[in-house]
Amino acid sequence: MGGMRAAGDLVARMQMTRRMRLKEAKEYVAGKLGCSTRELSDPVAMETLRQENGLGLLTMTSSTHPGEPGMMEAKFNISRLLDIPINCVERFKERAGL
Amino acid sequence: MEPRIPTRMGDGSLVEMTRSEMRADLEAGTQLAARKAKVPELTQDELDHLLDIYASAARFTAVDIGEEVVLSNDGTGTKHIGNRVQDLQSFETLLGVDMVELWQADYSYKAVKTNVAHEGQSMKIAQALLTNPVQYGAMPDLGRYSKPDGPIPNWSELLPMGKIEEARDAQVEACEMLVEDIDFVADAMIEAGADGIDMDTTGAAGDADFLAGLTACRQLREKYPWLGIEIGMASEFVLGMHGQLTFDGERLAGMWPKDQVRMVQQAGASIYGPAVNINTGKSTAWNIARAITFIKPAMEVAEIPVHVNVGMGVGGVPTCLFPPADATSRASKAFVEILKIDGY
Repeated sequence: MGGMRAAGDLVARMQMTRRMRLKEAKEYVAGKLGCSTRELSDPVAMETLRQENGLGLLTMTSSTHPGEPGMMEAKFNISRLLDIPINCVERFKERAGL
Repeated sequence: MEPRIPTRMGDGSLVEMTRSEMRADLEAGTQLAARKAKVPELTQDELDHLLDIYASAARFTAVDIGEEVVLSNDGTGTKHIGNRVQDLQSFETLLGVDMVELWQADYSYKAVKTNVAHEGQSMKIAQALLTNPVQYGAMPDLGRYSKPDGPIPNWSELLPMGKIEEARDAQVEACEMLVEDIDFVADAMIEAGADGIDMDTTGAAGDADFLAGLTACRQLREKYPWLGIEIGMASEFVLGMHGQLTFDGERLAGMWPKDQVRMVQQAGASIYGPAVNINTGKSTAWNIARAITFIKPAMEVAEIPVHVNVGMGVGGVPTCLFPPADATSRASKAFVEILKIDGY
């Protein structure tokens, strides 16, 4: 689906964490983002949606936008948006005493 | 005269076939699989669709926009460019895969166990540097527990000597050790932040190998309700090296994908990965029809995502070091459009 160039990582997380089949996982993520399921694999549509929701962009991963959420920070936002636990986020909170 | 179209054999070699020859191969592939697995042949519409996909001279093909599926990947981070974590970043950034997998070259839970702290630290670093889900993967690889690699009498030596009971006892003992090792490694990787655990090439050593994967999966699911657990198979058929082992009262030996997926979902896995090996002497058209025929009944009962193994020697992709994109893209499109798979 294009991974985090689009929304493939988000759909993958629903398959992994909630054992959702593809159709259900796409509908769940699209519902949370307020977009169509077709847009989930569209890197142009998802650039805006990821930026608006702080879900991480490749340009942020490569540090050209150091003021925007990337990697671990983005995963905090993904966990909240999708309403799923993300293991490394939970470990981060526990170990940082958050 | 009927035009000849470039296509691939199962060993990757480029050949030319007519549309009629491809149709004949598709029909032969589905008929063979149906006879072996005692499942229905593909319908005429499905064979026509496969023929449209394969009887094309295009360099590359793809599904329609919006019909893309999730790509889970075993074997990401292979030190193509830098270190393993840098390679995971490359797969995320440049290839656009949907989840990545940290793994080590000795792809076996038994081997990882001796190096688990180092692997855990790599996982922790990967989690800090990636946004994608990162799973940890290795093979159950039951054979590693038999002599001379392990402490258990070698059932492959016992069986030809007629020592059936001893061979069965050895596999049961090895199975218990393997479950412990998978559990040990998984605990460490989860402590380091892993999003999922992949048991790849499960069943490679037969029914005891499959039983170990299922048992470890159930244990992990009880401890970690949120964990991604992927069970990918070694082949289309579970070999009965023991022959009498059961999971939830069902004999594992001889299971085809339809029964494999039922066991995998009962064990609590998130993702099931069927594998159908390639016949290198037959065309990719023959191989794809055979693979889809084996897997189609599994799709009809699957309640969890199904990620078909589509790559180097499995799932209609030729056995060669650099699988050609014309072959990989045709196989991918065929699985998505005919079986409605959830990923690969």
